[in-house]
Amino acid sequence: MPPMMDRIPEKPKNFKKAVRETLSYASKSPAPFIVVLGLAICSTVFMIVGPNQLGRIANLIHEGIHSESGVDMDAVLSVVFLIGSFYVFSAFTGLIQGLIMAHMTQNIAKSLRSKINAKISRLPLKYFATHSYGDVLSRATNDVDLVSSSLANSLTSIVSAAAQFFGCLLMMIITNWILAGTTVVSTMLGLLFMVLVVKRSQRYFKMRQVSLGQLNGYIEEMYNGHDVIRISNAEQSVKERFVKLNDAVRTANFKSQFLSGLMPPVMNFVGNLGHVVVYVVGALLFYNGWIDIGVITSFLIYVRLFEGPLRQISQNVTNLQSAAAASERVFAFLDEEELTDESEKSDTLPGVGAVEFDHVKFAYPDKPEKEVIHDFSATVKAGQKIAIVGPTGAGKTTIVNLLMRFHEVTGGQIRIDGIPITDVSREEIHRQFGMVLQDTWMFEGTVRENLVYNMEGVTDEDLEKVCKACGLYHFVETLPQKFDTVLTANSDISVGQKQLLTIARAMIQNNPMLILDEATSSIDTRTEMLVQRAMDNLMANRTSFVIAHRLSTIRNADLILVMQKGDIVEQGTHDSLMALGGAYADLYNSQFETA
Amino acid sequence: MFKILKQLSPRDRLISLVCLIFVAGQVWLDIEMPDFMGDVVSKLAASDKNLTGEILVSGLKMLACAAGSVALSITVGYLAARIAANFSYTVRASLFNKISDFGTTEMKHFSPASLITRTTNDITQIQMVISMGLQVMIKAPITAVWAVVRILGKSTSLSIVVACAVAVLAITITTVMRFVIPKFRIIQRQVDDVNRVIDESLNGLKVVRAFNADEYQQNKFERVNLNLTATNLFTMRAMAFMGPIIGLVMSSIQLVLQFVGAIIINGFHIGGAAADGHIIDNAVDLMRSRSDFFGDLTVFGSYAMMVVMSFMMLTMIFMILPRAQVSAKRISEVLEEPISVTEGHEYVENPADPKGTLEFKNVSFHFPGSDENFMKNLNFKVTQGQTLAIIGSTGSGKSTLLNLATRLYDATEGEVLIDGHNVKEYPFSALYKKIGLIPQKATLFADSIRDNITFGDRDAQVSEDDVLQALDIAQATDFVMKKDGGLDFAVSQGGSNISGGQKQRLAIARAIAKKPEILLFDDSFSALDFKTDRLLRKEIADKLKDTTCLIVASRIGTIKNADRILVLADGEIVGNGTHRELLQSCSVYREIAQSQLTEAELEA
Repeated sequence: MPPMMDRIPEKPKNFKKAVRETLSYASKSPAPFIVVLGLAICSTVFMIVGPNQLGRIANLIHEGIHSESGVDMDAVLSVVFLIGSFYVFSAFTGLIQGLIMAHMTQNIAKSLRSKINAKISRLPLKYFATHSYGDVLSRATNDVDLVSSSLANSLTSIVSAAAQFFGCLLMMIITNWILAGTTVVSTMLGLLFMVLVVKRSQRYFKMRQVSLGQLNGYIEEMYNGHDVIRISNAEQSVKERFVKLNDAVRTANFKSQFLSGLMPPVMNFVGNLGHVVVYVVGALLFYNGWIDIGVITSFLIYVRLFEGPLRQISQNVTNLQSAAAASERVFAFLDEEELTDESEKSDTLPGVGAVEFDHVKFAYPDKPEKEVIHDFSATVKAGQKIAIVGPTGAGKTTIVNLLMRFHEVTGGQIRIDGIPITDVSREEIHRQFGMVLQDTWMFEGTVRENLVYNMEGVTDEDLEKVCKACGLYHFVETLPQKFDTVLTANSDISVGQKQLLTIARAMIQNNPMLILDEATSSIDTRTEMLVQRAMDNLMANRTSFVIAHRLSTIRNADLILVMQKGDIVEQGTHDSLMALGGAYADLYNSQFETA
Repeated sequence: MFKILKQLSPRDRLISLVCLIFVAGQVWLDIEMPDFMGDVVSKLAASDKNLTGEILVSGLKMLACAAGSVALSITVGYLAARIAANFSYTVRASLFNKISDFGTTEMKHFSPASLITRTTNDITQIQMVISMGLQVMIKAPITAVWAVVRILGKSTSLSIVVACAVAVLAITITTVMRFVIPKFRIIQRQVDDVNRVIDESLNGLKVVRAFNADEYQQNKFERVNLNLTATNLFTMRAMAFMGPIIGLVMSSIQLVLQFVGAIIINGFHIGGAAADGHIIDNAVDLMRSRSDFFGDLTVFGSYAMMVVMSFMMLTMIFMILPRAQVSAKRISEVLEEPISVTEGHEYVENPADPKGTLEFKNVSFHFPGSDENFMKNLNFKVTQGQTLAIIGSTGSGKSTLLNLATRLYDATEGEVLIDGHNVKEYPFSALYKKIGLIPQKATLFADSIRDNITFGDRDAQVSEDDVLQALDIAQATDFVMKKDGGLDFAVSQGGSNISGGQKQRLAIARAIAKKPEILLFDDSFSALDFKTDRLLRKEIADKLKDTTCLIVASRIGTIKNADRILVLADGEIVGNGTHRELLQSCSVYREIAQSQLTEAELEA
């Protein structure tokens, strides 16, 4: 059991709403949860009734000591059976409750995870410009885990702990009100002390969290920059700084741990104190003939049962708060604005491959005043090879993103085969394009799965044909299981081969148009020549848009669009632009100029 | 696990011993307490007279025991917290220092990510076990043994009841754990699967959409999600049995003890033996024996609880211990790893030594664990002020060559000489004063720009002017001055608030600011646009005339005018000459050139 104060709980904004929403993922109606709570209370109540009856046995034994006939075993036996059946019933209901609970929490976790994954594909691309992947990933795993494991469990624990607390209180009062009073007073004194310690120690826990965070961050940085440290002769100064941070962690560790370590002994003492008080007061009461000896026996058990729940409640409230805060993060993600629903757009495109950019303007929705594309117009005939060049930040990729409707234009219009792209669904637009990006995206799966991806009806002959066209066939042949070889993150395939695979994937799609976004920038120029051949095959008879910073690859384009700061500053063929001697010629020549 | 405990200082070991004694004292007090109670209960049951005083006295005694116990255990808590904090401090420091001494080989072998976990999480794990260990791990066995001895002396039949309870609990817990623990490992893998698919969807965001493959990804996710849910459900169901069974056993113990106690009390009769073995010979003695036993019965309940709780604690420890052991092993692995690159001490500075020269003599290199030479028989020499360019395909060994010159790796054969001395003879500080390396991936630290540039310079030999001049040469002045605070601009961790090209220029400035004799650029220009690349090289040529430069590059344009160009293919030098010479003589160079330039440009 982790120390209860180890975490500083995050406070949820709207606790009730978070809990209600989370539970709605377990089932539509609140019925199962109410059943669970009912079972939890049942289980507790039957456990609490026990000690009161146990006192009766003690009384029977006590009477037996002083009588000729000894203890009345029949009576003892009947009480034993009664209590025994209470206990068994309590355990049974507890078990059923646990089983239902397991089912509920796992259902919550499963559907939350599904929802998050599905949400990823419905979010506009701009969301990911402002949120890191790590953030999404941690919501899908850590937060969901926290929600599913703590939220429902903590709620039930709180309810059953409360039942135990009030049940015990009631049973104690019923059994003997004087002893009940003394027990309550002695327990409360202990708890008061505990609350004081908790209050004081929060500060140290924060201190530990902060100092440990700083230290771990520093360690991470230094390990990742290991070579640089050595080369810069920085080892000594790095070590000195580390010692300082490490020292701060030691102090915080010691203080926070000592304070959290106070809890168990103090609670033990509270329990013992309760025992002693019950014993002394009980013994005096008994001695004066006010109570049976059984009352003492019962109370000795009630004292232990009584102090537990308050601790449990405070611990679970903390857990519950963190869980609710986590669930808010999850729901905030699920509530993010989605792409517009386009299920009613059923028009299709003829698939010719002519594209018109008509005074296109674009600004990111979060910065509407900062236009990144100002007034982009261009006409592309079917089958042409279009190159978009320009310095970093000129808006080359943005144009492609607009064409694919990853972003929506804020002014002007883009038309494919004469039809405005907003008139058809995104799926239909994507069906027009094959896409190869700089980032060679592969997933864990066989070569076949990676190539075919979500196409249907691709035969082995198709695969072979495409791989031959891409110069991949030999590579695939050398793999241990050919097309069924599983590619993993550790697979020993080069960047060039990966790029060829993504080209083959685009080729299998066989769409009328093609987008190559810096497709060869991460490979060296000799490998690029190989890939270039494959790409030329891919581009044959297709309208293709090529973004490249190595200008050698686009010299043969039908139309080169030179972009600067969101505008087309020049357009034409390589030769005409070179003759012009403007921005393109500058850019081109800078490749070869030397110092 | 025990190996790592050697990291405890002698003082802390002594304190641990004190903890042991204190814990034993605490257990003794805990065990004494119920006895006082039992005594009085016996007397109460026997209806003795004038007990009020005795009740109060034994109440005070019990209170004293409780207070003593809590005082001792708080003291132990205090000491344990100190030892644990000291321990994690020491282990973390030895780990960090050891890793600082690691060469690139060891870093790659463990991977930085794994070393980070070892220095953070693994240490936390062990720290937890130690602080808990000094209390629970010592206390549980002592309590168990002591309490068992006590109850055995009181009554064998009742002891059997307690033994049964312990057995039932032990069987329940081990059975459940046997089912559950293997599943935990599976769950870990399935969680990884879930992460992997989400990560895939995120990293392939555009591709997934461009291929209209949302449903494909979703289906894939459902499969891994379902697997994870099923395994989780299994373990949770298995665990659901534990709580109620433990609860049932705990409550039933008292019940069964009372029941068995009643039978035993009934068994006492005149002429028979009492619990302490003496023969009961009259009615008063019978009553006395029965009362005594009744008192024992009350105490027995408390002891039984102690025994059961300690056994439960022990099983918990056995569940936590393996995890800590894994952590301990992971830490020991790092601490015991031999260091492949150590600094030399033979070097003595000699004013007659040449400056800024680098020579490779018959250098070969293979990675540890591989027999095949990755770099084969390298021979070349550069002298002060020269620029040597190195070109070749990906994987031809360009970066490795620089790493051999900088001792990130050590040559497995042959010699690397700087200013006439083998690099292995230099202390690190002397070696790295002479050379500056700019790695392919620029690394910046969370610090001000100024501190990033003077990084590692403890004696502040790098003046503000040096910094400004370095920024100038690196073409970084403009953007640095535009940032909030200029040189004091705070770079965030990993340099995430600075663009890739800017990071690279700052890394270059960092190397230049220290004015090394030799600068090594590992493809440091490819993140820059052509124009900046050109300006930067021009500045270096103009202002650092005496500095020897090694430039690894992939663009022909970057290196065309170098004094000499080495062409690497598969770890061998296949060409060594000027651009013009190599175009004639070296086919690999020609191929590279052809891939980047047109015929006309080749001729130019």
